[in-house]
Amino acid sequence: MTRNLTLAAALMLTAAAPALAQDTTLKIGVLVTLSGPPAVLGEHARDGALLAVEELGMVGGLKTEVFVVDAEGKPDVAAQKARELVERDDVDFVVGPIFSNVLNAIAGPITEEAFLVSPNAGPSSFAGEGCNPNLFVVSYQNDQMPTVLAEQMNKDGVGSAFILAPNYQAGKDSLNGFKTVFKGDVASELYVPLGQLDYSAELAQIAAMQPEAVYAFLPGGMGVNFVKQYEQAGLKTIPLLTAFTVDETTLPAEQDAAVGMLSGTNWAPDLDNAANTAFVSSFEAAYGYVPALYAAGGYDAIKLIDSAVKATGGDLADKDALRSALMAADFTSVRGKFSFSANHFPVQDFYLAKAIKREDGKYATSIVETVFSNYADAYVDQCKM
Amino acid sequence: MFNLFVLQLLNGAQFGILLFLVAAGLTLVFGIMDFINLAHGVLYMVGAYLMAMLSALTGSFWGGLLLALPATLVFGLVLEFLVFRRLYDRSHLDQVLATFGLVMILSEGVKIIWGAAPLSVSMPDVLSGSIPLLGPLRYPVYRLAVIAAGLASAVGLWALINHTRAGMLLRAGASNRAMVSALGVDISRLFMLVFAFGAMLAGFAGAIVAPILSVDPGMGESILILTFVVIVIGGVGSIRGAFLAALLVGVVDTVGRTFGPILLRMVMEPAAAAQLGRTLAPMLVYLLMAAVLFYSPTGLFGRKAAR
Repeated sequence: MTRNLTLAAALMLTAAAPALAQDTTLKIGVLVTLSGPPAVLGEHARDGALLAVEELGMVGGLKTEVFVVDAEGKPDVAAQKARELVERDDVDFVVGPIFSNVLNAIAGPITEEAFLVSPNAGPSSFAGEGCNPNLFVVSYQNDQMPTVLAEQMNKDGVGSAFILAPNYQAGKDSLNGFKTVFKGDVASELYVPLGQLDYSAELAQIAAMQPEAVYAFLPGGMGVNFVKQYEQAGLKTIPLLTAFTVDETTLPAEQDAAVGMLSGTNWAPDLDNAANTAFVSSFEAAYGYVPALYAAGGYDAIKLIDSAVKATGGDLADKDALRSALMAADFTSVRGKFSFSANHFPVQDFYLAKAIKREDGKYATSIVETVFSNYADAYVDQCKM
Repeated sequence: MFNLFVLQLLNGAQFGILLFLVAAGLTLVFGIMDFINLAHGVLYMVGAYLMAMLSALTGSFWGGLLLALPATLVFGLVLEFLVFRRLYDRSHLDQVLATFGLVMILSEGVKIIWGAAPLSVSMPDVLSGSIPLLGPLRYPVYRLAVIAAGLASAVGLWALINHTRAGMLLRAGASNRAMVSALGVDISRLFMLVFAFGAMLAGFAGAIVAPILSVDPGMGESILILTFVVIVIGGVGSIRGAFLAALLVGVVDTVGRTFGPILLRMVMEPAAAAQLGRTLAPMLVYLLMAAVLFYSPTGLFGRKAAR
């Protein structure tokens, strides 16, 4: 017993002693959805993050250990795995998740002991009053993407729009964001169950109402089905503007049905800057497919962590120093200009993108024009941190 | 409004037909062999994946379909031989555990072979596009073809069960397994055939739905729950019950999703109606199931409980 106590005390002493940078291991958890219909989104984010880790070798100048964990798209499962990551694996950072409902579940357990860097999910619940000192969102705030498309519809003089999204946090954020900017009439606002695959009932309503345009937020497999069925139902005469519905995760299956469709985004493979060109070409070389914005998010998340750990000289114990270093966002984003608002959400440009078939036969999105410059989210003033 | 209703009825029928094809095999296996097979949805998924692979390989939809059917039949036989025949005499709990494990193994296997990204199957030119139907509304030709194919399968199944020797043995096996066995019928071979045939029907459903829906590793799980609802409503073991229940579930789900909120809007303010509508819509089929079970605990065409 006594010996055990001594041992424990010794261990605690070692832990408390300021570790030399070379001996410390930086532990990063990657907690994204890797199973079920939306698995491909998580794979993009994971591959983006792993590519950054591989390129850097030593993230933040430290020996790096990465734990890849499947959130399964289920908040309860993800919360359990988040606890395992911080308690058992003792990670310093977690990159994840993809889905906002998962973020709601894992933010608590993770931010108590580590930093959470979201490569994708950016729900309003964490942007305003609920902002969290240990949560950094490198992607966007959920409301922003739809406002890009609402703004585009305003420019085109669209008088009535049919809008639909899945019935969960990000879906509601998406449609609410759209409505705050859109000046025309909302012909109908529809919520479908998350993971729905057959849209015949919704398409029939669109056909019956004949709106001037349709806005949809249907990530992953949902988007593939919606876009294909939209074309099959003979509805392509009504413009379909989407967010997260036509991108490099869904285009390999949507193919020609989606070509020409417009989407709102903060990144596309052909976004013109040196860091991005390098990222896209090495990503395609390493994994053999075209990266989507989730991959860019995962890549940037690791680059952000790298910059922060380097800035603190590898001292992982000083959380306050790490936090200010993260806030400084002193890294080269594949999106070019990048900085954080007071609520730890990014300030960046947003674009209108179009689905194209590239010369090599692969499908991708391509930037058409900039819709918003240096666009911060609407909740930042409510955040007291 | 009437046009929309007709369109939704067609959509409901198409969805119902699909559910029937999956449910038919499950209800036979469940009703005749008293075997709970949670992996039945996976067979639907495997059918879709085989279709995606084989149609890409042959370069044609029809070639893919022609090869995918025997392929799922063989797949069903192999599963029966390797796994299921060891489970017939075990308790329901063992069956649920084993088949659930199989669901995970096969879903993971599919991801390892084909990847997690959704695949697509292109439609044959003859069946692509849409035809005008009632004014500005159009209906995809392919979905009409799905309805026709499903109805044809239903008729074929009915004839098989009611007018052939195999069907007679099947019906006999369902009512008294031991007696049929005592009369010199090789019951285990019969079971194997029923199982493989059910697998082929589910695979057929997966194959014909592949051009409409994306083919992804989660597709089997989503349809399995509704399939169980269908066979419970229809009465376990009854093909006729499964057919009617599948159409009922398809129509209630599709029409309810559209017209629920519209009806609610007549009696309450729009925002509240939308909120309540989207909460209620996914529950409708379960409410239907509860109502049916309340009035007829063995389902619409279920055998009356023994004793």
